[in-house]
Parts: sequence; C-alpha cells; structure tokens
Amino acid sequence: MSAQGGTQHDELRELQQRLVLFKISLLLVVGLLALRLWYLQINAGSYYHDLSENNRTRAVVLEPVRGLIYDRHGVLLANNVPSFGLYVTLEDVKDRKALIESLVKMVGLDETTVRKKLSERGSKLLPRKVKDGLTLREAALIESHRLDLPGVTVRPESQRNYPSGLTAAHLLGYVGEVSSDQLEKSEYAELHLGSIIGQYGVERTYDRFLRGRAGQKTVEVDAMGHEKRTVEVGKPLAGDDLYLTIDARLQTLAEHLLGEEFGAIIAIETTTGDVLAMASRPVFDPNVLSRELTAKQWEKIVQDEGHPLTNRATQGQYPPGSTFKIIVAAAGLETGTVTMTTKVRCMGGFPFGGRVYRDWKERGHGVMGVEDAIVDSCDVFFYTIGQRLGIDTMAEFADRFGLGHETGIELPSERTGIVPSTAWKTKARNEIWLPGETISAAIGQGYTTVTPMQMTMVIATVAGSGESFRPRIVRAIKERATGQVLDLPSVPRPKLALKPETYELLHESLAGVVTRGTAGRARSALVQIAGKTGTAQTAALKDDRKKGKDIPKKLRDHAWFVSYAPAEEPRIAVVVLVENMGHGGSWAAPLAKQVIEAYIKSKPVEPVTANAGFDHEQAPMAVVMQGAHD
Amino acid sequence: MIDRVLDSRSLTMDSFDWRFLGLIAAILSLGVLSIYSVTSVQAVSGTPMYLKQLAWIAIGCAAFVAMLVVDYHKISRLAYVLYALLLVLLVVVLVAGKTSRGAQRWIPIGPFVFQPSEFVKLVLVLTLATYYTKSPRQGWMQRVVLPGLIMLPGLLLILKQPDLGSGLSYLSIYISMLLVAGMRSKAMGTLLLFAVMLFPFAWELVWGSLHDYQRERIMTFVDPAYDTGGKGYHGLQSRIAIGSGELLGKGLYGGTQSQLKFLPEGHTDFVFAVFAEEWGFLGVLVLLGLFAGLIWLSLEIALKAKDMLGALLAAGLIAMLAFCLVINIGMTAGLFPIVGIPLPLMSYGGSSTVATLAALGLLLNIKRRRLTLFY
Repeated sequence: MSAQGGTQHDELRELQQRLVLFKISLLLVVGLLALRLWYLQINAGSYYHDLSENNRTRAVVLEPVRGLIYDRHGVLLANNVPSFGLYVTLEDVKDRKALIESLVKMVGLDETTVRKKLSERGSKLLPRKVKDGLTLREAALIESHRLDLPGVTVRPESQRNYPSGLTAAHLLGYVGEVSSDQLEKSEYAELHLGSIIGQYGVERTYDRFLRGRAGQKTVEVDAMGHEKRTVEVGKPLAGDDLYLTIDARLQTLAEHLLGEEFGAIIAIETTTGDVLAMASRPVFDPNVLSRELTAKQWEKIVQDEGHPLTNRATQGQYPPGSTFKIIVAAAGLETGTVTMTTKVRCMGGFPFGGRVYRDWKERGHGVMGVEDAIVDSCDVFFYTIGQRLGIDTMAEFADRFGLGHETGIELPSERTGIVPSTAWKTKARNEIWLPGETISAAIGQGYTTVTPMQMTMVIATVAGSGESFRPRIVRAIKERATGQVLDLPSVPRPKLALKPETYELLHESLAGVVTRGTAGRARSALVQIAGKTGTAQTAALKDDRKKGKDIPKKLRDHAWFVSYAPAEEPRIAVVVLVENMGHGGSWAAPLAKQVIEAYIKSKPVEPVTANAGFDHEQAPMAVVMQGAHD
Repeated sequence: MIDRVLDSRSLTMDSFDWRFLGLIAAILSLGVLSIYSVTSVQAVSGTPMYLKQLAWIAIGCAAFVAMLVVDYHKISRLAYVLYALLLVLLVVVLVAGKTSRGAQRWIPIGPFVFQPSEFVKLVLVLTLATYYTKSPRQGWMQRVVLPGLIMLPGLLLILKQPDLGSGLSYLSIYISMLLVAGMRSKAMGTLLLFAVMLFPFAWELVWGSLHDYQRERIMTFVDPAYDTGGKGYHGLQSRIAIGSGELLGKGLYGGTQSQLKFLPEGHTDFVFAVFAEEWGFLGVLVLLGLFAGLIWLSLEIALKAKDMLGALLAAGLIAMLAFCLVINIGMTAGLFPIVGIPLPLMSYGGSSTVATLAALGLLLNIKRRRLTLFY
C-alpha cells in the first residue's frame, strides 16, 4: 500500500462520513414530502375532493317541450319539430377568437351575433346557444370537428313549428330566446339564458302555461367539456296545450280575403266573446322569427314599411269614420237630442265657422230622420247632431262603448286609440278645443282613433243590446302532467244599459244599411246581415277624396265595415278594415259578408264533426274534454 | 485474473441484491400501472402507452445488466469521451431536434425520439467522479472551479433548449459532488459567500434564458396572485388530483382528474399525481417508502464502497435520483414551481427510463465489486 493509497483512504473515509449527512437529509426530505401529502390528502382532502367533483360534473339544463296549440276544432296550429342547436360552454373555450372564426366558416354564423352571444352575462359553466336550426350536414360537420372545437356541443332539441305557416301569425305569435332584460322580470325568474319563451301573441301571453318546466341533468365531463356519462336526471315537464277559440277555416278565409292588402278582419262569437278569426296583413313568418335571426334579417323586418309585426286588429289605430255614427246616434237618442221625429235637411254641406263641411253625397240626401241618416250615412245629419251634443257628450258615450280602453283581449300590447274631448285636448296638446273639431268628430274624423278590436266590441255590444263578453282567444288549457282539461269561462262585460228603443232603432237602421243603404254589397242570400260602413279619411286629403283612383294608394281612405249577423238573432260580429282602399261599402262590406256566410254555412259549434277534412294530428277537442285523451 | 474471480461471483446474488432489484421492480410496476390507468381511456392510435413503456423497461434492463457486468473502472475511463459525445448530441438537438411545447429536446431516431439530456445526467456523474478520483485536488481552483467548467457547457446547452428541469439536475449533481468530495470545511464557507454574492448574476443568467411560460410558472409559484391568465391551472389541477385522493384513493381508473384530462401530462411528469389520486395517502406512503428504501440501499452502497471512484459515483448517482424524485413530487404537490422533471422509474419516457436503470445498474456494480476489489 502506497502513501497515496493512504491519503485516498482518508479521503474516502471523510467522504463517507459526509454521506451520513445524506442519509439524514434523505429521511428529512421524505418526511417533509409525506407531511405535505398528509396535508393535501388528509387535512384538505375533502376540500380537494369537492373541487374535483366540481371539475368533473356539470349541470345541464334539459329544456322542456313546449305545449301544443290547437284551434277550436283541434286543428294543430303550433307544434315542435326536431332540430339541432349549437352550444358553446365558455368555461371550456381556450381561444375564443379562433372558435368564432371556425364557427363563422363552418356554419355561416354572423360574426357580430356570435360575439355578442358569447359576451352576454351568464354562467360560464352553462352551455349557451349560439345558433339553432342547424342542418343535418352542419351538425355532422361540427361533430366531426369536435376535438378541434373545445366547448362546442351540438344538441338535438325541439324547434317551435307552425304547420300552417303564416296562418294566424299575429295571434299565435312566435317564440325566441329570453333576453337578459326579460330575465330580470319575476315572471321569467326560473328561466336561464337560452330558455325559449313566447315573444309575441298567445305564445307570449300564455307563456307560463306553454313553456313547461326545465329539468336538469348532471353529467360527467372531461377537461374539454365533452359529456362522458350521465350521473343524475331530473326530467323536464312539458308545457300545457292550448285550445284556441279560433276557427282555422274562418281564419284562413279572412286572411285570404285580405290578400295582399293591408288591414285586419276580426270575427267573434257575440254569445261567448270567442274570437273566431283575427287576421292582420301584412304578416310575418313565425317559423322564421322563431329561429335564430341574423341582425340583418331582423333589421329588414323591423324597417319594413308595412310594419308586419304590428297586429292591426289590436294595435292598428285608425279614425273610425262613419262607423262612429252608431255611437253618435246612440248618444243622441239617449240624451234626447235626437228623437224619432228629429229631421235634418241635407243639402250636401254644413256651413260652420266660415267654411262648409261637406257631405260625401255632393247633392245632398234631402230631409233625413235618424234611421235614414244611418242607412245612407248622411254626414250633414250627424254634423248637426254632433254640434248639438257637443264633443264631451260624444266622448262620454264613446267611452261607455269601450273606446279609449283596452278590450282586454289576451294579446300583448293592445292599443287604446284616442277619444278626444275638451279635457283631453287640454291635457294632451295644451290647446283649446275648437268648435269646428266637434263637427269632424261627429263623423269619426279628426282626433278620434280606434282599433278594429274596439270596433268589434262596439258592434258586438250593439248586437247584444248592451250585453257582451270579453274577447277571448283561449278556450281551454290541457295540463300535460295530469291530462286534465281546464275550460276557461266566457267573461261577461258590464252591460251597456241604453234604452231598449235605442237598441231597437240601431238594429233596424244597421239592417237597413245592408238592405237598402251604403252596404248593399254585403247583402246575402243566406243570412240577414246588419252593419255600418265607414270611410276613414287619411289626414292629407280631406277635401279631395272623391278624386278616387288618381290619388296615390298610400294616401287613399281606409275602408271600414262593422257588422253582425243574423240581424234578428246575432251570433257573429265581423269587423273589416282595409287600409287605403277607399269606400267602406265597396271594399270592406263584401269581405265581411263572405266571412259571415262561411260561418253561417258551417254547422253550429260541433267540434268533433266540424273538423272533418282537416289534417290534424291530435284527438279532437270533444274527446279531450271527456278526459279520454292520452 | 481479478476480473475472472469477479465474473464467477457476479453469477450469484445475495439478499441485498434481491432487495435492491425488488424495490426497482415494484416501483416500475406501479409506474406502468399508473400509465396504463391514465392512458387506457384515451383513444390513442397505435401501441398503447403502457406497452411502449414496458418495451423501454426491457431496453432499460439491458442497460442495467450492461452497466452491472462491466467493471465501473473501465466505464470511468470512457467518461470524458462519452461526455464529449453527449455534448455534441446536445448541439445536434439544438440544430436539428424535434420541438414540442416551445422546447427543443428530442432527436428522432426512426419511430422513437431520443432525449440526450437524460443521459447527460448519468455521464456527468461519471465524468465528475472520474475527475475527482484522478486529478490532483489541492487548491479550490481544482476542487471547485474546474469541475464547474466541466459541467458548464452541458448546463448552457440544456438551458438553451430550454430545459430548466434538466439544468437544475446538472447543477444539483455538481453541487452534491462538491459537497461530498470537492470541499474542505473552510472552502465550503468561502463558496457559500461566493454563491450569495453571485446569486443575482446567476439568477439573471437563468431567468434570461427562460421561456415566457417558464417564467410565468415560476412567478405563479412565487406569487399566486400573478396567475391572471390561468397559468396556475396545471399546478392547481395537480393539487386537486392528489388531494382528492384522500386516504384510500379513488381506485384504479377512478381518478377523475386524470381520466377526464383535467390533469395534463398524467402519464409523464405528473404520474405521481395520478398515482396519488387513485391510491390515496396510504398508497403514497407505500410509494415513498419504496423510493426511500431504494435510496437508502444506494447510500449503503456508497458508504461501503472500497474506493474513491465507487463512493463518488454512488454519491453522484444518488444525488441525481434523489433530486429528480424530490423535485418531481414537490412540484406535483405544489411545493416547488413546475419545472418538468420526470419521476424516476415511473414517468413514461424512454430516455429517462433507460438512463435511470443504467444508473441503478452502475450502483449495483459498485456494490458487487467492493468485496473483492482490493489487491
């Protein structure tokens, strides 16, 4: 052994002594690691366990199936069809910009719309709908790229569908996603972003019945947000079905009669208040509006000059024209201003305040009593009566007939029109009522505006000699859960107590309007119709209206016809308003006649047989009522 | 003649050998099991991960045997050559390597990729041990600076990739060798002083060479509030995986964190979290026990080594294994920043598995030659 070997040996011993330190530090370090793991797994174990469960599971809302809507005979008006919805869960989206880009490319989404949808408030964990109504091809395309699109899911879902297309669009309405603003309201408290609610028509007013209750599914998801397994399911509850008072055939007829013209036709059953038909033109397509619209499409609809989204029956406000004479006549008879012996000589004009208020008949009607004045719609007679009554008395009676008030029909945003009076003018315009304005008001011109629905109630009230029912559009609700049918009762309105003689005279005169007066074109071989024509002047052309066809269509008068039938024992009231068509007797009356004839020809309400020839998927109403359904 | 005696002895095994091999086999099995569990649900085309890992283990066993039967003195003679060769490979990686997640670490060889940095660790131990055994060690220049200069090219090349984890391993190997062989007590104080003084510069050097994601990882570790872009996600998911295992674990395939891919890299760097989630604290204790036992036996080898080279080699190899073990578990458990160091014997990866098994073969080699080596 050499000296060097000895040194080496010493060094080796020193080195190995230091290795003992290694042993100690090894024990120390392993102990520390074990302590840390003790803390993570034992001390904080349940905390981390909860975190891992939150990671793993996600609540998915199961959208309920919306209730169906039928007409009074069981004809299906609204149902649901399968469709594909595109959803994005923000939590799982890694690169939002790239995602938007690929979605725009793959399914032709509108970039601004998507961006807006993704930035709306709401849970990042809940999938939010970006587009619905994907085609099968689009859905397949997304599915095949699902690994490149974390956070994106395609779900089969039900899409609201209106089988008869444009029929009763304004009445049925359409559905759409609940907006952030709507979610603030208590009515929609239980909903979430992406819930479908009725946005218009019956879909909206009866939404709480139709929408059902959402269920919830707890699913296991992976880190990419893809569903792996269902853990728990709370089933959704389907919405209730509605049975409307509408008769699909009358509705279709009314719409057909309006054709391309703008206007409204309303038919109600006077004995119940049931709305049998309510047509409004121009119309929107509820099937389009119930799907996802691009900003452009929406803009086009909103900016359409015909305002297709306005339900002209309840939201269109027009001067009543000569139909208002019914109210003026009633006011005159009730106040004694007019009696059976009151006569007015009509020379074709009424001089007042330095100008002449013209009668529609240039050479005048001659000497007129109240009945003839209604039959021939003599303006001068009513100028005279109106002036004697004064604006405030006329306003009082208009008010009693329901003008200036909502009719209470269960449709959103009903308008009330205007019943002018001295007080009204001071309040609304801060101006003094001018005497000449009373003259115009007496024939339903000037400030007075009404909706066709209001006029329907006026004529129905006259038909019922003061008795009428609140217009109703839903007859029954069928609860999905129990199958029970809840019949909604007709609600009588307060009786309009006028003298029997007043009603008698009105009935006779209104029948005369058709038999020998201005509404000769409403004369029917089937049934005796009573009614009143009206020609509402558009403001610009008061004095030139007789020039007729030379006037641009937009500025022509609106044609009114308010009617009921049979004249002896009224069952139906029909109101027709056609915009810019000219004289009511020529244009509106024949349409009313056709609706009334169709109604009279159909067998009286016998729901089961009445729907023969209609393609409907559901058991007819009568069977439903017996509880034998489902 | 001595060699012949050795050869005959090397055919018989004593109980120490069996314990040593048993621990290795046990840890390897748990590793394969965890890889199997975490990758079984993932629809990966081609050969399943666990089969690939088994293949790597087979190759690793060959390396183990090779490192066992050849006298480690002979191996040490090749140290400088091997080290030079690996440095060249590190340059090759930088020039022509395969890039993944911002780092260039791999050389593709046929269907496989080869990661030289794993082997650099082993060879660096060999080189430094050879240096300390052979060279005169008088002043601190020879004891501290020269070994540092030997390590430096490897360190710089690896940081350039950048591979912070391997870089730290090299540093730890160098410092461990210094501690056991390079320093007298007085020198140790001087070095500590220097280290403190030089730290800002070293920090600048290291920090400047890091990628943005690495800096963010470190920053999120140092200051959790720094985590604004969700960069702490990885660490959090790892802690959730471990913590949610609780006492008994969620069972095989039951680890939702890893099975549902909330925990990335479950089969490689974060295999410990997968294991901890599925086997719970009890499983973790068993695993820590296995690792501690293996290192304990390795320390026995170092303590009983009959010559400088053997003891130094063993110490360096232990330092290398222990460092990876502690840093890996520490980072998955949220004690250290996430630096990307595999867990020896458990993480999926060919280069790491083969290099680790070779290192263990070398350790056993040292033990088996201590009885008959001298004279």
